[in-house]
Amino acid sequence: MPRTLIEPQSPIERLSILDSEGNLDTALEPKLSADDLKRLYRAMVLGRRLDERMLRLQRQGRIGTFAPIKGQEASQIGSVFTLKPTDWVVPSFRETASMLWRGWPIETLLSLYAGRLEGSSPGPEQRDLPVTIPVATQLPHAVGIAYGIQYRGEDAVVMTYFGDGATSEGDFHEACNFAGVWHVPVVFLCQNNQWAISVPIKKQTNSRTIAQKAIAYGFPGIQVDGNDVLAVYAASREAVERARAGEGPTLIECVTYRLGVHTTADDPTKYRTDEEVKAWEQKDPLTRFRAYLEKKNLLEPALEEQIDEEIVRGVERFEAMPQADPLGMFEHAYAELPPHLVAERAEMAARLAAPEGNGAPTEAEPTSPPMRGQRRTSRWQN
Amino acid sequence: MAKLNMVKALNLALLEEMERDPDVLTIGEDVGVDGGVFRVTEDLHRRFGSRRVIDTPLAEAAIIGCSVGMAIYGLKPICEIQFSGFAFQCFHQIENHAARYRQRTQGRFHCQMVVRMPYGGGVRALEHHSESEEQFYAHIPGLKMVIPSGPRTARALLTAAIRDPDPVIFFEHKGLYHAAKEEVPDESEAMPIGRAQIAQEGSRLTLIAYGAMLRVALEAAETLQAEDGVTPEVIDLLTISPLDRETLVASVAKTGRAVVVHEAPLSFGPGAEIAASIMDGAFLSLEAPIRRVAAYDVPFVGFAREKASVPDVARVLAAARETLTF
Ligand SMILES: Cc1ncc(C[n+]2csc(CCOP(=O)(O)OP(=O)(O)O)c2C)c(N)n1
Repeated sequence: MPRTLIEPQSPIERLSILDSEGNLDTALEPKLSADDLKRLYRAMVLGRRLDERMLRLQRQGRIGTFAPIKGQEASQIGSVFTLKPTDWVVPSFRETASMLWRGWPIETLLSLYAGRLEGSSPGPEQRDLPVTIPVATQLPHAVGIAYGIQYRGEDAVVMTYFGDGATSEGDFHEACNFAGVWHVPVVFLCQNNQWAISVPIKKQTNSRTIAQKAIAYGFPGIQVDGNDVLAVYAASREAVERARAGEGPTLIECVTYRLGVHTTADDPTKYRTDEEVKAWEQKDPLTRFRAYLEKKNLLEPALEEQIDEEIVRGVERFEAMPQADPLGMFEHAYAELPPHLVAERAEMAARLAAPEGNGAPTEAEPTSPPMRGQRRTSRWQN
Repeated sequence: MAKLNMVKALNLALLEEMERDPDVLTIGEDVGVDGGVFRVTEDLHRRFGSRRVIDTPLAEAAIIGCSVGMAIYGLKPICEIQFSGFAFQCFHQIENHAARYRQRTQGRFHCQMVVRMPYGGGVRALEHHSESEEQFYAHIPGLKMVIPSGPRTARALLTAAIRDPDPVIFFEHKGLYHAAKEEVPDESEAMPIGRAQIAQEGSRLTLIAYGAMLRVALEAAETLQAEDGVTPEVIDLLTISPLDRETLVASVAKTGRAVVVHEAPLSFGPGAEIAASIMDGAFLSLEAPIRRVAAYDVPFVGFAREKASVPDVARVLAAARETLTF
């Protein structure tokens, strides 16, 4: 009775189409219309520019802590681009670009980071879950939604986002396991941005790739160059088509890099080197795609200005929002207000109506002091 | 009317609701072919198939987490956690998500789901199989926490829980599963969540209990009547959260005294909230301090000592008499 091999380890594919030197694998180049290519680029630039604007808003104390996306635009836009509006998106907390693409208004996203739950409220037709903070816990939700889709025989798929750190959580494994057993239409999109706050991928997992974790759950995994929007698009399209055709889940590992801070409360100089950041800056997904479009003569003049104008208008709408009504906190805790909350609400209403000085504060304290240009090093908001 | 034990009564509610609404699913470990380790989901699998009665891999976080997704999608999952002692593996999904999605999305999405779990001691079980942890769920805004005390309330409250648009944590006392049979109406019956019942009208003292402790309170009441000439009012709480303060306060305003009985450990337990509510609403009627009879503040003790730990009639009597003679 000798030792036998049950099955050779499946090799993991890595997909790259347009490298940082601008070399294009024409055989793999996706057939995207000029219009689609322009929309992809536009969405990536919007993600980048809003991110930069948000960083300034945070430093000015006009919004609170948020997680910047700089460097991850290709992973987000290349993947979300493959979905229909009737598909579902289940993000984590770093998917600003994907969420913009899915129609979340700028002012809504800003209001979330200004501490308002209204910023977590998707539009009535939107099949998008809001930002969720506890790492990896959104993944089972995506699988549950996918189960619902399968149960009702609907033509839809779910795409869910998470980071490399999330793959260490039990919820990631449980979600993958259920998805594999149930064979449901879900695409797991990991943005391996090399760091989970200060913990590098080497200390996060002893797996050579994240993509290979899919093998254990009985579905395909693929690694892609996450800074190459064409590769992310191609892999995502394949995964979405598989899911739509009833062929079950896929795990996509986008190898990318968070060029900025983990959140606005983080100081990455404590744990990573300038050289590393510089090396990744050479692989910036925007520069690369821009060069590709330039060759195709598809760059739109004044695009950046248009986008900045759009952002200015979004920020204006955000700043014009009425102050959060404190009584709003009682609105959606339950479908119907139970008696003890009726009493608590009445108590607050009376306090609010009381003469100046006795009332409850109507305005949230600024989440951070105006510290233009200064780096926040406090970590308490993580 | 049929006479059913609590297992059969719960099973009936599940059957009726699954028949009534194709969006209702049952999901958990061993709930399918096995019918649940206590047989509460018996036969559902045969009637509704494995897509509606889902035997899952052994993973509580995913059972609740996937159910949250299903509920957001528009299904109405009824989850079974095999024993409440294993719900800590999914506590985060209950607290972080099931309880919050309605508020988080300002009503755009909500989680209409029930999480059923057996709880409680007195059945000579292994570690983690006898605890009473209703206080954790009662403390979480956005949830409802329900504990029936017998077959009829179990059937009617589970029906209500399944129809409730908010997430409901539904505790079933293991000691009650086969304890007694009770008449259960032939027609489907739902009783309101959030309302206590007066199990017995009385005066001079209010005994407040729920789940398996209701029987202990009723037995103590009987003894008090026979030996002390006092007929206490006995309240069956049924819903731990939201708490029916109105009924509690009205009763104590009438009787002037209160003893609360529960299996959860004393400190920070439901008794503290109940006592505080009574103080808020009926302070001037109180003739004596409110007493709490509860499990001791130690991790659950194993069955060789559980008789000494789980409140019994003698402890309730002692507390009641102290209160009456204060
Ligand atoms: C369950 C949980 N534990 C800890 C945290 C604090 N935290 C926020 S983000 C983060 C790192 C996440 O890393 P990764 O999954 O790689 O995503 P990234 O931030 O790199 O996008 C941690 C530890 C959290 N939000 N949730």
